[in-house]
Amino acid sequence: MRLPALVILCLLAGAVGAPAIAPYAPERIDLNRRREAPSSAHPFGTDDLGRDVLTRILYGARVSLAVGLLSAAVAGVCGVAIGGGAGYAGGALDAVLMRISDGMLAIPRLPLLMITAVVLQPSVPLLIVLIGLAGWMETARVMRAEFRTLGRAGFVESARASGAGSVRVIVRHLLPNAAQAVAVSFTLAVARAILLESALSFFGVGVRPPSASWGNMLYQAQTTLGTEPWLAITPGVFIMLTTVSVNLIGDRLASRPPA
Amino acid sequence: MIRFVARRCLQSIPLLVVVSALVFVLIHAAPGGPLAVYLANPNVRPEDIERLRRALGLDRPLWQQYGAWLWAFVRGDWGYSFSDGRPVVVRIVERIPATLELVGASLSCAIVLAMPAGVLAAVRRGRWVDRLATLLSMAGISLPAFWFGLLLQLIFAVTLGWLPSSGRATPGGGDFADHLRHLLLPTAVLAIVLASGWSRYLRGSMIDILSLPFIVASRARGVPASRVVLRHALRNALGPLIAIVTVDAALLVSGAVVTESVFAWPGLGSLFTEALARRDYTVLMALLMLSSTAVVAFNVAADLVHALIDPRVTAS
Repeated sequence: MRLPALVILCLLAGAVGAPAIAPYAPERIDLNRRREAPSSAHPFGTDDLGRDVLTRILYGARVSLAVGLLSAAVAGVCGVAIGGGAGYAGGALDAVLMRISDGMLAIPRLPLLMITAVVLQPSVPLLIVLIGLAGWMETARVMRAEFRTLGRAGFVESARASGAGSVRVIVRHLLPNAAQAVAVSFTLAVARAILLESALSFFGVGVRPPSASWGNMLYQAQTTLGTEPWLAITPGVFIMLTTVSVNLIGDRLASRPPA
Repeated sequence: MIRFVARRCLQSIPLLVVVSALVFVLIHAAPGGPLAVYLANPNVRPEDIERLRRALGLDRPLWQQYGAWLWAFVRGDWGYSFSDGRPVVVRIVERIPATLELVGASLSCAIVLAMPAGVLAAVRRGRWVDRLATLLSMAGISLPAFWFGLLLQLIFAVTLGWLPSSGRATPGGGDFADHLRHLLLPTAVLAIVLASGWSRYLRGSMIDILSLPFIVASRARGVPASRVVLRHALRNALGPLIAIVTVDAALLVSGAVVTESVFAWPGLGSLFTEALARRDYTVLMALLMLSSTAVVAFNVAADLVHALIDPRVTAS
């Protein structure tokens, strides 16, 4: 787990420190140096407007990582609330919430988001909310299952018997025990959100130029694949580095024995 | 068995209602609503739009509109494409063969890759086979499919020139071999992405099953190892795997939106991105509704197959 965590920390540091580390200004256009191959002045080359690719990768990391982490957080909060509510209450509420969740799961996520993005023309914050709202179902299912099993456990029974109210049972007993499962589904949601953002931007309906995201850098690189392959390779490597690391962290979390 | 089938079909009806309601809400959220295309046309007068609104029933309460829309959808009346005026059904039906071909090829390849990888990784748990399979499948799960497609194009089409970069056949014909060469790269992308997830899943459930008492007991009775793994363990792991395979297959009906677009494969996925670029809402909604319905239907089908393999399912 150390190496993947280190990779994520480095990427986060690069994103946060972009203004300090980046060798150029992110939107600085230099038409004399268009489409230059990687060199010491431009380690990842320059794009079709002569902008430095390394700089744009660093600034793109801010957008891509923010979308990944924050939309997973939105999905996590919704999933915990909906799944926890369904699992704790049971009965009709459970049935209704789970049918809605099944319905949402049946609609293919990327096409749904693409249509929504075309309709709403989202800014980055709205994009975060949309990707989050399209991704709460898995967490909700996990939470519901946890709450249902834990709800019948002896220690919860005895807490109730000694006079603990619903709020106390949920906050002190159920949530801490469901934390590991939620953490695993959070990591999966982060990786998925980063892939969704990059796919949306790749089709030109996600993060809009001139702001850089790893996905829209790929969108712009599509047409010059044959002549300037570095423009397409670099952002993809960073997307994959991030998703592999996040997925590996999730995998380790999942196989860890519960505390 | 018949009662089981009937019950599963009935259970999927509320699900379809939820799905269709979600899609319907989305149509109404589109700018200008269903009449957007006329609002933008300067030759259409406001009173004409008002008349159309009444003629199409858009002045009625929302639930009545939803009912009318759903009824039309069920009868196959999916409206006309905004971009070329042809019926949506025709535009969709003409794209189905290409998608089925790609989906069929990738599903078969993915199963051929995933089954041995998942089983071997579980049996040789912790050894190098397992490590390699885990590494490859983690990479596959984390791959952005469109980027992987671009890379394959770059390597095999642009640099090496071995395979065509896009399309379904060389314009002006092309024989079977030509067809196959076009199919290769998009199939590789889909198959690798799918197989990564499936092998990982199969490994997990095989490991769980291999530690169960009945496996230990068969081993103790001297049943050959290959028979224990393939007949006893794998058979039990197949049910859940089939469920995942069918849902993934259904999701591919809407296309492998990403892969088809990257390789300009003329199936439903490319139709979706073309419609997206032209804001052709009728086509987009029909595709979304079609694929969601397919997911629900395939889920029922998966349960049936599972019930055939494992008789305990119908009993519960």
